[in-house]
Amino acid sequence: MSLNSKIPSGPLAEKWTHYKEHVKLVNPANKRKLEVIVVGTGLAGGAAAATLAELGYKVKAFCFQDSPRRAHSIAAQGGINAAKNYKNDGDSVFRLFYDTIKGGDFRSREGNVHRLAEVSTNIIDQCTAQGVPFAREYGGLLDNRSFGGAQVSRTFYARGQTGQQLLLGAYQALERQIGLGNVTMYNRHEMVELVIIDGKARGIIARDLVTGELTKHFGHAVMLATGGYGNVFYLSTNAMGSNVTAIWKAHKKGAFFGNPCYTQIHPTCIPVTGDYQSKLTLMSESLRNDGRVWVPKSREDAKDIREGRKTAIDIKEEDRDYYLERKYPSFGNLCPRDIASRAAKEACDDGRGIVASGLGVFLDFADAIRRLGVDVVKARYGELFPMYHNITNEDPLKMPMKIYPAVHYTMGGLWVDYELMTTVPGLYAMGEANFSDHGANRLGASALMQGLADGYFVAPYTVGNYLSSEIFTKAIPTDHPAFVEAENAARERMNRFLNVKGKTSVEEFHKRLGKIMWEYCGMARTEAGLTKAKGLLKELREEFWRDVRVPGEFNSFNPDLDKAGRVADFIELGELMVRDALNRNESCGGHFREEYQDAGEAKRDDVNYRYAAAWEFKGVEAEPELHKEQLEFENVELQVRSYK
Amino acid sequence: MKINLRVWRQKNSSDKGGMKSYVVNDVNPDMSFLEMFDVLNEQLIQLGDEPIAFDHDCREGICGMCSMYINGRAHGPLHGTTTCQLYMRHFKDGETIVVEPWRASAFPVIKDLVVDRTAFDKIIAAGGFVSVNTGQAIDANAIAVEKAKAEEAMDAAACIGCGACVAACKNASGMLFTSAKVSQLALLPQGSPERKVRVLKMIEAHDEAGFGSCTNTGACEAECPKEISISHIARLNREFALASLD
Repeated sequence: MSLNSKIPSGPLAEKWTHYKEHVKLVNPANKRKLEVIVVGTGLAGGAAAATLAELGYKVKAFCFQDSPRRAHSIAAQGGINAAKNYKNDGDSVFRLFYDTIKGGDFRSREGNVHRLAEVSTNIIDQCTAQGVPFAREYGGLLDNRSFGGAQVSRTFYARGQTGQQLLLGAYQALERQIGLGNVTMYNRHEMVELVIIDGKARGIIARDLVTGELTKHFGHAVMLATGGYGNVFYLSTNAMGSNVTAIWKAHKKGAFFGNPCYTQIHPTCIPVTGDYQSKLTLMSESLRNDGRVWVPKSREDAKDIREGRKTAIDIKEEDRDYYLERKYPSFGNLCPRDIASRAAKEACDDGRGIVASGLGVFLDFADAIRRLGVDVVKARYGELFPMYHNITNEDPLKMPMKIYPAVHYTMGGLWVDYELMTTVPGLYAMGEANFSDHGANRLGASALMQGLADGYFVAPYTVGNYLSSEIFTKAIPTDHPAFVEAENAARERMNRFLNVKGKTSVEEFHKRLGKIMWEYCGMARTEAGLTKAKGLLKELREEFWRDVRVPGEFNSFNPDLDKAGRVADFIELGELMVRDALNRNESCGGHFREEYQDAGEAKRDDVNYRYAAAWEFKGVEAEPELHKEQLEFENVELQVRSYK
Repeated sequence: MKINLRVWRQKNSSDKGGMKSYVVNDVNPDMSFLEMFDVLNEQLIQLGDEPIAFDHDCREGICGMCSMYINGRAHGPLHGTTTCQLYMRHFKDGETIVVEPWRASAFPVIKDLVVDRTAFDKIIAAGGFVSVNTGQAIDANAIAVEKAKAEEAMDAAACIGCGACVAACKNASGMLFTSAKVSQLALLPQGSPERKVRVLKMIEAHDEAGFGSCTNTGACEAECPKEISISHIARLNREFALASLD
């Protein structure tokens, strides 16, 4: 099968307009007869479900949380980019497009990214109209800030709760449609199988997480907006429930998986303190505007700090290594996420980490406090200092913060074409669940933008193009053999989990998976390490099916059974990530292969790897097949990203 | 640290339920309260017992999923904190901690510490929105909003919908939750055209769901992890009175 990205022809800036003007439409009477399933109710799924219902389709929406308002989009802090140029500082759609392409290390599609930049302005209008309380200036107009090292101020924000406010806007639009009877909402339901009939996605099997019952649902199209898979690393900034299961089931039924190895590691998170730790907490990137990152120059000093004989303030100025300022004099502490993360790892690998585990560096505000006064610093970072203080029991105004990188976002996901359709006809993927717009590295404040772009402004139109040819398809009854077969497969699998009755808990397997992934497929990867991980993951998978212990019963509220399914899928995904990382013999964005570097900097190979990798599932034990989508750059020049 | 726990166990919504005692040894003071439950659940699984069901997701105080009633207080002893942001260092070695689910007839127990809060969704579905379809919006800067009002709207919008206000209230009233949304949208020009019908419909949905009336004790504000002010209830009352006069 050859990949067709379906990028419209014509000049870059006219592709989306041209597409919209020529796309096939569905008349209102027919829309009422067409059913669409949306799985996931974060920014992408919530926005899409609401918009599709407004357009007149019959929508069924699913989320595993107890309410669609709790999807993990809610945790995004910083903001959302849009090329409004309200600050008159020279921003434009093209600049946002260019920054996103470059930030992604030239591993995304020009056509998709330009469309994203175009609709970014509509998102701000839409959200404001919904009553999203964006920050405002004294004149009553919207405020912006610069974020993630951008040269223009294009980030809109609502205090440190931008994701929450945008999600509540989408949630309220969705609830409005639920109230009007246009959307049927299934809370506490998790998709456990995709149903394909005659080559087209036609529905899902979902587990009612309260009763444990499996339920069958038909749709003329199925749209997945189920987020990222960062929890394959066990510890990440993702919510505890975030999982890969929906897109992994789709992958196993024929949807190609794009660039699984592209992972974003965020440099400023609170370090791991013990084995009991369940998740990592992000401290906003904005802290690097005033905080200086350092470790001691000598390993002895670092050891003394680790073992409690010294503290940060005992280390004299000349004995400190402000390594980001030293290595990247022009960007210093503000260099991009992937670069700052790798530098922290390098310092700790050198034996100069400053927390008990060895994995932590200082983020020091002493200079800023001397320069600006304690009140200014406190006001500037409002909620963040008390939050850090509460978690760590240390006051960052008196002692430097201790930070370390943590898994934050996954750029990879289901491969989709320009219409956000996967390689399975009628199956769509939106938001973090697809692979499309961020290439090998995502810029700050771009995840919210992409989720809402896909959900409000892209998918509702592109799915119409597909549904226009489905108007003669009657709703397929769910006693169709394909539904029954999918349901049986899901039930058998869950019964298998329950029947192993081994000794090791699901949680323990998840932890072990995370350790393998972080060690060998984390911030820096090598051929030898990845090859080793491949073997370890296979062993882990076999042991899981031999020795897992899942308590409770099938037909009940049983979070451990739900989690068993998620972890089993994560292990298989891990194997694919390792294969993808092994295949990509270059370093780009979030994917750093130690063999491919120029004095510590990522070395891309545009001759051999200027493609998106789309993997086809061939069986759990079989090698997946690699398909390549060559990336064409007609409007930008490929460059080396340098921040020195 | 050693922690003694008294935890509400209830198999399903029709089970009567009751308190059960557990001991967790080797608790690290830097553990979060929920991580202590993780450790206990791992122990229960090894013993062949069923782990304690509790709601949780983001574990950073924003999703609103966690919901434990700890030593008689919603989200435990600290002010302005969700259960997931509570650490074991806030408790004493050897202490006995009592953990129950939210208690309210509008929030029936599903299992153990897990309750059904879909009544909140119904209140929002009744009117907690601005009726604007995707694509209908005008340019964002065509609507100017006084900064102070925008800030106050944001104060209200910070509600995470956890239900602590209901659990803390002797009447199990959902008025703080309802008023936060009414207030946010009443303060903004975008919400103005629908403000009368909104408040009437949301109050109707609130009462239908079985929440009690507000008698101004202020317990909700005291226990709200986002410190939402009861002044929003005052605004709701004014909105309701004005709408009812029409």
